[in-house]
Amino acid sequence: MREREDEWTGLMRSAISGDDAAYHRLLKAVAPVLRAAARRGLARAGQPVDQSEDIVQDILLAVHLKRHTWDANAPFAPWLFAIARNKLIDSLRRRGRRIFVDIDDFAETLAGETPAETAPAGEVAAQLQTLPARQRDVLQSIAVESASIKDTARKFSMSEGAVRVALHRGLASLTAKLREQ
Amino acid sequence: MDTDQLIKTLAADNAHRARPVGFVLMLAMLAAAPVSLLMFFTELGVRPDVMTAMRNPFFDLKFAVTLALAISAIAVCLHLSRPEASLRGFGWYLFIPAGLLVAGISGEMMMPQRMPAMTRLVGNNSKVCLIAIPLLSLPPLAAALIGLRHGAPARPAVAGAVAGLAAAGLAATLYASHCTDDSPLFVATWYTVATALVTAIGAFIGSRVLRF
Repeated sequence: MREREDEWTGLMRSAISGDDAAYHRLLKAVAPVLRAAARRGLARAGQPVDQSEDIVQDILLAVHLKRHTWDANAPFAPWLFAIARNKLIDSLRRRGRRIFVDIDDFAETLAGETPAETAPAGEVAAQLQTLPARQRDVLQSIAVESASIKDTARKFSMSEGAVRVALHRGLASLTAKLREQ
Repeated sequence: MDTDQLIKTLAADNAHRARPVGFVLMLAMLAAAPVSLLMFFTELGVRPDVMTAMRNPFFDLKFAVTLALAISAIAVCLHLSRPEASLRGFGWYLFIPAGLLVAGISGEMMMPQRMPAMTRLVGNNSKVCLIAIPLLSLPPLAAALIGLRHGAPARPAVAGAVAGLAAAGLAATLYASHCTDDSPLFVATWYTVATALVTAIGAFIGSRVLRF
């Protein structure tokens, strides 16, 4: 446990000093831990655990956009878990409200339906469609087609700087849309 | 988009660097200051006898109290802009201005006074005080909330309330140079009511705009 968290702290420090691969490894390493926490939270709240992936993605976006509030001299795990707890509580509250409304409206269609064990995350994908075309294209190129920033720039005849700006703005407005939905 | 794809996308954006919260807060405060100063000098202005008033320790004490409130609340704001932060270990900062005020009240009690305590407490400017401090605090409150929004406060209402304290401290510092009521009893009553109002406004707005 202790060792794992020290490793995270080290990876995050490298990430901040510009090591993209370390950042990728860090996010890959924390995702299963966040997934387990999200499932526990959903189960405890009496909500279907198959929605855990939406929460994981929500947390990862917040980690990414708020990482400047992490103090590089402090361990990473307490900061990460604070962000995760915050997002989890938020999503449970939001879902609680929505599920309540849904059950009122669609009680009959829901009856007898058993949720799949793990549903793919749908919220980020759905909000992606509402982004301005340029941001959506850039995000899709990098996420789905695994294109690099350079390749994406060439494909859309943009400068690399413009791709970076569209990428960051796209991620920021995705997060804002998820928060306001 | 599955989670692995999202992670890939986030890693591609690793080069992006956000400004530190303190920097954004400072910029926002620098933008808000002229607005409050303009409001102050067009509507209130410094009291005419300010040169003689400065020799009165109770006049000076008002600034010690309001500035202590502003500075300690800004420090707590910056602390609370981090998600893992809590008020524990930092809450006592907010008692510094209260302590100064209590010391001032005891000091005044020990001195011979021309007016009874109740008259000093009621003063002449309570209504202006209750209107001016909240209004002057609106620009710095907006600035503090903008700074906090750039951070990741775990408890939006608490962070908003502390932003309100900071804004009220700054507004009261301006107002104190206008007000002719210097008794710490007046300050402890009316400044506190005005500050509580701004704190409540901050908590209310904070709970709505500070979720991240």
